[in-house]
Amino acid sequence: MRGLAVFISDIRNCKSKEAEIKRINKELANIRSKFKGDKALDGYSKKKYVCKLLFIFLLGHDIDFGHMEAVNLLSSNRYTEKQIGYLFISVLVNSNSELIRLINNAIKNDLASRNPTFMGLALHCIASVGSREMAEAFAGEIPKVLVAGDTMDSVKQSAALCLLRLYRTSPDLVPMGDWTSRVVHLLNDQHLGVVTAATSLITTLAQKNPEEFKTSVSLAVSRLSRIVTSASTDLQDYTYYFVPAPWLSVKLLRLLQCYPPPDPAVRGRLTECLETILNKAQEPPKSKKVQHSNAKNAVLFEAISLIIHHDSEPNLLVRACNQLGQFLQHRETNLRYLALESMCTLASSEFSHEAVKTHIETVINALKTERDVSVRQRAVDLLYAMCDRSNAPQIVAEMLSYLETADYSIREEIVLKVAILAEKYAVDYTWYVDTILNLIRIAGDYVSEEVWYRVIQIVINRDDVQGYAAKTVFEALQAPACHENLVKVGGYILGEFGNLIAGDPRSSPLIQFNLLHSKFHLCSVPTRALLLSTYIKFVNLFPEVKPTIQDVLRSDSQLRNADVELQQRAVEYLRLSTVASTDILATVLEEMPPFPERESSILAKLKKKKGPSTVTDLEDTKRERSVDVNGGPEPAPASTSAMSTPSPSADLLGLGRPTARPHPPPGGGLLVDVFSDSASVVAPLAPGSEDNFARFVCKNNGVLFENQLLQIGLKSEFRQNLGRMFIFYGNKTSTQFLNFTPTLICSDDLQPNLNLQTKPVDPTVEGGAQVQQVVNIECVSDFTEAPVLNIQFRYGGTFQNVSVQLPITLNKFFQPTEMASQDFFQRWKQLSNPQQEVQNIFKAKHPMDTEVTKAKVGHLEGRPRGHAACNPAPGSGGTARGTLSVTQRQGLEGWPRGTCCSRPSTRVWRDGPGDTLPATQCQDLEGWPRGTCCPQPSAGVWRDGPGRAACDPAPGSSFSCFFEQIIGFGSALLEEVDPNPANFVGAGIIHTKTTQIGCLLRLEPNLQAQVRPSGNG
Amino acid sequence: MIGGLFIYNHKGEVLISRVYRDDIGRNAVDAFRVNVIHARQQVRSPVTNIARTSFFHVKRSNIWLAAVTKQNVNAAMVFEFLYKMCDVMAAYFGKISEENIKNNFVLIYELLDEILDFGYPQNSETGALKTFITQQGIKSQHTKEEQSQITSQVTGQIGWRREGIKYRRNELFLDVLESVNLLMSPQGQVLSAHVSGRVVMKSYLSGMPECKFGMNDKIVIEKQGKGTADETSKSGKQSIAIDDCTFHQCVRLSKFDSERSISFIPPDGEFELMRYRTTKDIILPFRVIPLVREVGRTKLEVKVVIKSNFKPSLLAQKIEVRIPTPLNTSGVQVICMKGKAKYKASENAIVWKIKRMAGMKESQISAEIELLPTNDKKKWARPPISMNFEVPFAPSGLKVRYLKVFEPKLNYSDHDVIKWVRYIGRSGIYETRC
Repeated sequence: MRGLAVFISDIRNCKSKEAEIKRINKELANIRSKFKGDKALDGYSKKKYVCKLLFIFLLGHDIDFGHMEAVNLLSSNRYTEKQIGYLFISVLVNSNSELIRLINNAIKNDLASRNPTFMGLALHCIASVGSREMAEAFAGEIPKVLVAGDTMDSVKQSAALCLLRLYRTSPDLVPMGDWTSRVVHLLNDQHLGVVTAATSLITTLAQKNPEEFKTSVSLAVSRLSRIVTSASTDLQDYTYYFVPAPWLSVKLLRLLQCYPPPDPAVRGRLTECLETILNKAQEPPKSKKVQHSNAKNAVLFEAISLIIHHDSEPNLLVRACNQLGQFLQHRETNLRYLALESMCTLASSEFSHEAVKTHIETVINALKTERDVSVRQRAVDLLYAMCDRSNAPQIVAEMLSYLETADYSIREEIVLKVAILAEKYAVDYTWYVDTILNLIRIAGDYVSEEVWYRVIQIVINRDDVQGYAAKTVFEALQAPACHENLVKVGGYILGEFGNLIAGDPRSSPLIQFNLLHSKFHLCSVPTRALLLSTYIKFVNLFPEVKPTIQDVLRSDSQLRNADVELQQRAVEYLRLSTVASTDILATVLEEMPPFPERESSILAKLKKKKGPSTVTDLEDTKRERSVDVNGGPEPAPASTSAMSTPSPSADLLGLGRPTARPHPPPGGGLLVDVFSDSASVVAPLAPGSEDNFARFVCKNNGVLFENQLLQIGLKSEFRQNLGRMFIFYGNKTSTQFLNFTPTLICSDDLQPNLNLQTKPVDPTVEGGAQVQQVVNIECVSDFTEAPVLNIQFRYGGTFQNVSVQLPITLNKFFQPTEMASQDFFQRWKQLSNPQQEVQNIFKAKHPMDTEVTKAKVGHLEGRPRGHAACNPAPGSGGTARGTLSVTQRQGLEGWPRGTCCSRPSTRVWRDGPGDTLPATQCQDLEGWPRGTCCPQPSAGVWRDGPGRAACDPAPGSSFSCFFEQIIGFGSALLEEVDPNPANFVGAGIIHTKTTQIGCLLRLEPNLQAQVRPSGNG
Repeated sequence: MIGGLFIYNHKGEVLISRVYRDDIGRNAVDAFRVNVIHARQQVRSPVTNIARTSFFHVKRSNIWLAAVTKQNVNAAMVFEFLYKMCDVMAAYFGKISEENIKNNFVLIYELLDEILDFGYPQNSETGALKTFITQQGIKSQHTKEEQSQITSQVTGQIGWRREGIKYRRNELFLDVLESVNLLMSPQGQVLSAHVSGRVVMKSYLSGMPECKFGMNDKIVIEKQGKGTADETSKSGKQSIAIDDCTFHQCVRLSKFDSERSISFIPPDGEFELMRYRTTKDIILPFRVIPLVREVGRTKLEVKVVIKSNFKPSLLAQKIEVRIPTPLNTSGVQVICMKGKAKYKASENAIVWKIKRMAGMKESQISAEIELLPTNDKKKWARPPISMNFEVPFAPSGLKVRYLKVFEPKLNYSDHDVIKWVRYIGRSGIYETRC
């Protein structure tokens, strides 16, 4: 084709892009005039022009004609013309309906022809296009070609690969049928090429339908044994550098990995094969060429992964391990990498774990001397995998020493691994503390929060190491430059256990304080905040340093710090230290209680970092083996965790249920707590729903529950004693839920007092869809428990069960009333009977700012009022929603009492590990960034480090939030009633079917020390 | 300020590389090549930002000129400089081509040293540069006096003209060069039109003459016409509204601002006195009337009529009409009454050329285009018909009213100067949709 050659050389000689485009335009015009149709072109020129078009297309220009000519070429009887036609079609085909029909017709003709080259061309075209249309047209035909008795070997080979391709693109279109059993028998074919192609096909098919291809196992084994035992000259064309059919062997071994170990007869033969392969690896190489060793090792590695997959032959596993051990010192970097990778999986097998451990020195050596970072990474993985109690100190020490020189990309991972291993296999906790402190010293920047939270949790939970930890930390802090994380750990531990080492004159309280304070100014704001908490803890621990600390707190750099958090703490702590008596101090600043045991958050983090596939399996197996150690992480069945954890990533520490809820505040046995948990719950409540529940006490609309699968939204309205609630179930996945049945469950106590009526919903919820359910509510009498909404559905194959409390509380039927000042106090006084009154004093978690409150509430506008200076000692302030509770009693006179109370906060750590909720979960007050309060009443003041606070309330937000609560709660806010303008007064009526109950409420914020709300009913 | 200047050939090989500032590294040269010259998609923006470095480029035939900077410079200034640089190079060695640049690279480096100093543009006046940068090398006949004169001129107030120039005949040429741009709808509605023009002056005047240039600028005419209302109405029609204009550095801008009079001491030789742009009351020299009819799927009939719209005594030249053809054209037959027409497959267009055409005439071409049916459903986008021409008048309507020359020291007066004025209107992008 001279014309084509000339054209291509013209294009190559073009000086610029523009010249090239000009030349192409000219050529296109020429081809168009040739294809015009009035002249009949001979096959040769047609082929030539189609080739030119193809070349132009490959240069990146659009081709919009010539398809017809290409299709014409398909019907030619010459190989070269047909070939060019197919080439054009497979490169340039688009789903143009009329052409596709012609093309398919031509392909069909070729498939039906007896000419093997034509059949081959047609099959190649189908495979390289591989579209759905092609699959639709030919998926039924190709299996016939594949299994027909008279088909040539080369065609069979092409057919198998073509079918594989179609199956990969559209598995649903490839019909399974009787041909499958005959395909399996292709494994016995004479022609090794056919066997290789068939093995690829069968492996892919067997992954989807293991049952149908079960018979392939014995065939594969016998085929494999024939290959393995053959002399290198037997297979002629298929011997590659003295290795018999390496590709086929690898494919057969892969196929076998789809199935569990076969029955004993076949198994013996397979074991023999594998042994032969292992033996062959020991033989001296027959050739020095790299291809020889590559082919041999490929088979060997595949055999080893089959051995690991079966995990049943201790003998083989150990041999494999020894073989890999040899590779660990091989010259080839790739081999070392592969050996380490395979060993990683071997280490998790109980048979070979010990054998792997023998290579520890080599692996450690690899870690130190290896030049390739990816290999070092594998070495770290392997060390992690082979670690157990016996070698933990050695491995951890090696990893630590390696950390100093480690590549930056893997440092964080090593840090996590060291932290996990140190925790998991620690026998002696002083060793653990030393290790982690070392870790922080060496790679402080890579130590994430979870790691140092964990140290503190462990130190707090173990009495025996507390003293040692304090001493070590104290010594570590004496280094001239120490990492901020060390300061955090130091601050926390000394704050808790500094007294344990105070006896030593070298670490007297003042020295401890001065040491910490010398680091203060070098630290970032969060650390400084934590140190302030440490100081207030010191005030409690060592009364003798109190003046010094007060001086520090009083200094302008603290009291007038630009950072609002530091300023607030300084002010609060200073007040606390001056106002509170030692008893109160001792209560507020008491030592932290032990943390509940739960899965290590570090492990979760490592999993997240690594991605789900690789580590988890290993992790799971490891965990099963190591449960006994240190009560470590508890194995959590995957199904339950998937169902009940809203979002594992959001909740790093695992959201445990609170250990023990403090008892409801005093108010007499007759007074009940709306907010406390109901005792009878059908299924364990989904975590997270509880906080949501608390949020709904004062709110009618919003999201009640959410996890990866399901979202439940609520919209409700209440009037007098009637209400209506719309529940929206949203399917967050793309697949449908089956048997979707929400049921409302009222406990026996609740049944007579609350009427709920609802209609059943459609049992299937489509992916992404939302269904609605209406619940009609009637309040018959007062009640305390909340009904439970239990949802059951089938998602994928698993059965899911979710229970949430429906936020129907008594206060929903609470209607505000207006009342004059006289009326109010008259009634208030009438209700002086102790049974009718509940008074409670509670500490606010937030400082108050009346001004803000008013602006927010808008009720007291226009009333001139000075800025009521807030007193932000922790003992004053508003209340927290989660703990706000109204108790009321149905009095004889029909005037029960209501009151607000909140459980006092006891401890001081506000930040750090603990029952921490992600702040966003708690935020529900619009416009108030951190405006909600903790659902955990035990929230302490340790705001840094491991604490219990749900989230940290911002100054200024609290009081208004209390206000919203009063209003959201249902009672009216009464103005100009109370003679003291700072007090807040509310009144309302609870409507039930049987009675109407009035409630009065009064809140007296005590700006000096305490807020004193009192309720009256 | 400009950090460096590179010149590449069409393959992206660096011909000239001059770095003025340290913040431009060696890799900047490659960055431009990789991201602009060899970019997969054609880069259409003349300014490219790569890794916090800005590249300003212009292309002359196959040569890329790129100015590089890391600072926030005035882009208009950089482009102005690049154009000036092209002019200077063209004045020294003719067409800017790879070969010319390779042959003159010493000269180019010398020029670059002179016209750009630490990235700040300096004197770029060809006439002045030619006095001290010569292609022959410094000749020994330059006396000390002459050299000191060069120094005082280059550093003096009037850097563009040296003293003591003497001509036997004081002569000046004034060219008004305009290019008219148009986009018209098929129905003959003007969608957008503007004229960008230049006034180029070639002066051969003795001494240090003070010149004053006047044209029919609307503002000036109205100001003058205040006294005689009668005149305003008469000349008001002929005055033009100039949208914006820029001047050569020799023009006293303060005077222009206050009195709107253009006075200057011209450089010796050729220079561009001013540039301007007008958008109102443009005389469109040609009207193109297209007629396209699709006959079935395989045929297209095109008829185009052009009408000249100016005084019959004037002659338009170099007329070329370019009629785009669809991408699936397989054959074309053309019939035209005047000039020559040809289908150019490499450009996908019918090109119709007419050498000369008088005003108020009309001519027509008709073509039959055969199409190859394609399976591509995309409709042909019908690009506009474009046109090129040259006419001997200013389409904006600009008229030179006067150019006065005063030379107080030497005794020749305005009347002794021989003055020539010429108007040339060319087509810019002159398109009509079809």
